[in-house]
Amino acid sequence: MSEVLLEINNLCVDYVLPNGIARAVNNVSLSIKKGETLGLAGESGCGKSTLAFSISNLHKAPALISEGEILFQGQDVLKMRPKTLKAYRWNNVSVVFQSAMNSLNPVISIAEQLTDVIRAHTKASAKDAELRAIELLEIVGIHKERLHSFPYQLSGGMRQRVVIAIALALEPELIIMDEPTTALDVVVEREILNQLYELKQTFGFSILFISHDLSLMAEIADRIGVMYAGNLIELGLAKEVFHHPIHPYTKGLVSSFPSIHGPKETLYGIPGSPLNLLDKPQGCDFQARCPDCHHKCQQEVPRLSSDTPDRLVACHNL
Amino acid sequence: MMNELNTPVLKASGLIKDFPIGSGNKASMRALNDISFELHKGQALAIVGESGSGKSTSARILSRIFEETAGLIEYKGIKLKDFIKKFGRLEYARQVQMVFQDPFGSLNPVHTIYHHIARPLLIHKRTDKQGVEQAVYDLLELVGLSPAYETSLKYPHQLSGGQRQRVAIARAIAVEPEVILADEPISMLDVSVRLGILNLMAELKDKRGISFMYITHDIATARYFAEKTAVMYLGHMVEWGDSDAVTQTPQHPYTQLLLSAVADSARKDTVEFKANTGEIPLWGKESKGCPFVSRCHKVIEPCHQTMPAIKEISSGHFIRCYQV
Repeated sequence: MSEVLLEINNLCVDYVLPNGIARAVNNVSLSIKKGETLGLAGESGCGKSTLAFSISNLHKAPALISEGEILFQGQDVLKMRPKTLKAYRWNNVSVVFQSAMNSLNPVISIAEQLTDVIRAHTKASAKDAELRAIELLEIVGIHKERLHSFPYQLSGGMRQRVVIAIALALEPELIIMDEPTTALDVVVEREILNQLYELKQTFGFSILFISHDLSLMAEIADRIGVMYAGNLIELGLAKEVFHHPIHPYTKGLVSSFPSIHGPKETLYGIPGSPLNLLDKPQGCDFQARCPDCHHKCQQEVPRLSSDTPDRLVACHNL
Repeated sequence: MMNELNTPVLKASGLIKDFPIGSGNKASMRALNDISFELHKGQALAIVGESGSGKSTSARILSRIFEETAGLIEYKGIKLKDFIKKFGRLEYARQVQMVFQDPFGSLNPVHTIYHHIARPLLIHKRTDKQGVEQAVYDLLELVGLSPAYETSLKYPHQLSGGQRQRVAIARAIAVEPEVILADEPISMLDVSVRLGILNLMAELKDKRGISFMYITHDIATARYFAEKTAVMYLGHMVEWGDSDAVTQTPQHPYTQLLLSAVADSARKDTVEFKANTGEIPLWGKESKGCPFVSRCHKVIEPCHQTMPAIKEISSGHFIRCYQV
């Protein structure tokens, strides 16, 4: 298999709150290969966005990376000096944040927001930066006439494309996409994803794609990791994880999406509510919602283990 | 009996809604153009479409938040205006309730859950002062929020999104409505709890005979929950009928596009995704033709001129398109 681009080892991220410490990412290890799309699935509060934030070392108090290392091409991101970190951010790893449509500044034109990134990180002149901005807009399929538009003059899908253009500006090796299309209509979502994949073919970057939509990820990702309450609980090839989930949480998640073409059957989702991170039980975090919970689950935390080299699952019921 | 079965609970014919745009001038946009549908007892009608297609506007007109520009609404066989004249706005509000998308916004953060459910019971005189406490607990149990007493003492921020939406549903059914207009009731919730809410609504529909108008952008849940589905595009209804017919044998190019865009596990190989990335026009009073022209790949000359007439392509399956 191709070389590893990013390696996360035993990462723990805590939120230090007045009423306790919430561990949002618990001992997670993952790697992203060159040119790979890794999907990270899970519902709100499972730690997937916190994990993404850590990769660019963007955390501020009350978040605290308490353990672990993040190696980008062998270099530990968490130990980088400010100058190296500045060069690493956006040059190597760029981020398309959740509700990216709103991450554009409403009072600054698209042109300025695009050139700002270019000029902050390279020595390009104003003229060159603008030419590059035009080129970037063309790459994502927006006419150059729109360069001097303001965000409110663009539709949601176009704003999303602008944000992707900004993420592409410095040709990073890794793009983190945190629910990039959740706020969009399905048709627009599909258009943007198709386009993203063409760009990926052209530029060869890797993607960390974060979403709660497992069926979408089964189509676009190479591998999928599933998180619950801060733990990585299942990791494997996308199609395998989706069509043959092993962990009961993944099974529940898969059956939370009614199929449009398959037989019509009553689905049950997952009973109960997501876990409160300040009130974690002893043993497996999923026990309260799990259909096959037994004695051992209430005592011991299950570890990630594998039957086959491509598949990791953290469950006592294997 | 027969008559009651056939009369729809709510019926809208030829609804039009214009909203003024800008200030001072007479420009307007047409959010709904010639919309007709029926809600039947104990059935759900799903309204599917992208943002700006007029889904929520339809529900808001039915709930009288907005007034229609033109068109006729009938409630239980009589004109809605006459019904309200005769029984009052409050009585109509009792019978036709809404559940909103955002359970974080639709509950008052400074009041307990008890207050939220007791209030409609008292306003609509569903129970007397002595009975209200028990009624609140019964409702909370019914929507799966047990233990009811403990839940009733909580404030909205102490509940998860799914639990809050259950409170919103409990509040809506407290007054024993005939119809619930549910505007994207699950789209803001955690994925794992969405089906719980849909199944709860299905139970209310089947066991209590409540009619639902289920507004969603997710056509897969429309098929899952609703007997009938109507697909809207830019204020127009383009295809409607039994949910299975619409989702399994879609005929309108927009419905086909929508379905090809949905990620689906049961689909084995990639389906060709055909879309023109044309811009969606702003629809006004003077606009003519089919609204989907800019993105359709099957356009012919008449499409630019007039909106196609309604065609029944199979029993109960309707479409507005020249190409079919």
